Amino acid sequence: MSSVEERVRKIVVEQLGVKEEEVTMDASFVDDLGADSLDTVELVMALEEEFETEIPDEDAEKITKVKEAVDYVNAHLG
Amino acid sequence: MSDSMLDAEIALVTGASRGIGAAIASELSRLGAKVAGTATTEGGASRIAARFADADSAGIGLCLDVTQPTSIEAALTAVEEQLGGRPTILVNNAGITRDNLLMRMKEQEWDEILDTNLSSVFRLCKACMRSMTKARHGRIINISSVVGVSGNAGQCNYAAAKAGLIGFSKSLAREIGPRGVTVNVVAPGFIDTDMTRELPEAQREALLGSIPLGRLGAPEEIAAAVAFLASPAAAYVTGQTIHVNGGMLMI
Repeated sequence: MSSVEERVRKIVVEQLGVKEEEVTMDASFVDDLGADSLDTVELVMALEEEFETEIPDEDAEKITKVKEAVDYVNAHLG
Repeated sequence: MSDSMLDAEIALVTGASRGIGAAIASELSRLGAKVAGTATTEGGASRIAARFADADSAGIGLCLDVTQPTSIEAALTAVEEQLGGRPTILVNNAGITRDNLLMRMKEQEWDEILDTNLSSVFRLCKACMRSMTKARHGRIINISSVVGVSGNAGQCNYAAAKAGLIGFSKSLAREIGPRGVTVNVVAPGFIDTDMTRELPEAQREALLGSIPLGRLGAPEEIAAAVAFLASPAAAYVTGQTIHVNGGMLMI
């Protein structure tokens, strides 16, 4: 089983169509990876599916960087 | 249009037990889509299922209350289980009337219309768009009405809901266009259905006089416009309203 970080980065690569090396932990989905608002909603939906969880809207709004997504998953599914 | 044009599609048509919805469900089914038609009662759902069975098609009938989010989720689960996937074509056709002059209109008559004819479309679109955007393919077709554009005395509630559908559809078309999902509206004029048969004779006569083609429309003529919007031929059409009204109102 791959680590949470690997799984999150794989989803980001697939959803946003970016190169793996661009997906650093500090990368912002909108500013660095070119996501638009619909992309970010879809990204959260993809995370929900991958980790079989529901991410409430108020939490989803705070996930703007790769690191925040990884931290969220670790904190809620640990 | 060819019989196999919609072969890979799964369609959900609300309010399909009679009138325009029944014609839409039959037409999409004839063109090869697997269709789920919904009705508010179990009896209505059985009649829809029986019609599909008579036509030897794979369609199903479902009981759905469009004002209840839980009922919508249950219906979508049933579609997934029985037709093998979430809808790729959504036709929001279910609608009711509670006509009254505004001076006499009760809060309840206003609320019921807005809830059943407009809020329901918000709920169904929201429930269906996730799988459509993910698949990068989907067709949403909302059934409005000529009165949503022309206005009609005694129908402030109905006209508001039907006009609301047009603004809603344009906005959603902009939101999910980049994901290959189109959102369009068909606005029927005066169609020969149970809804229009309830009108007083004098009003019917007056309305007929205002239609250049001089007759009521048939439900099948609305279904044809919906089938076009659902078809690959309409891939570049989104955010539009197709008026099918015999010339009663020219936009």
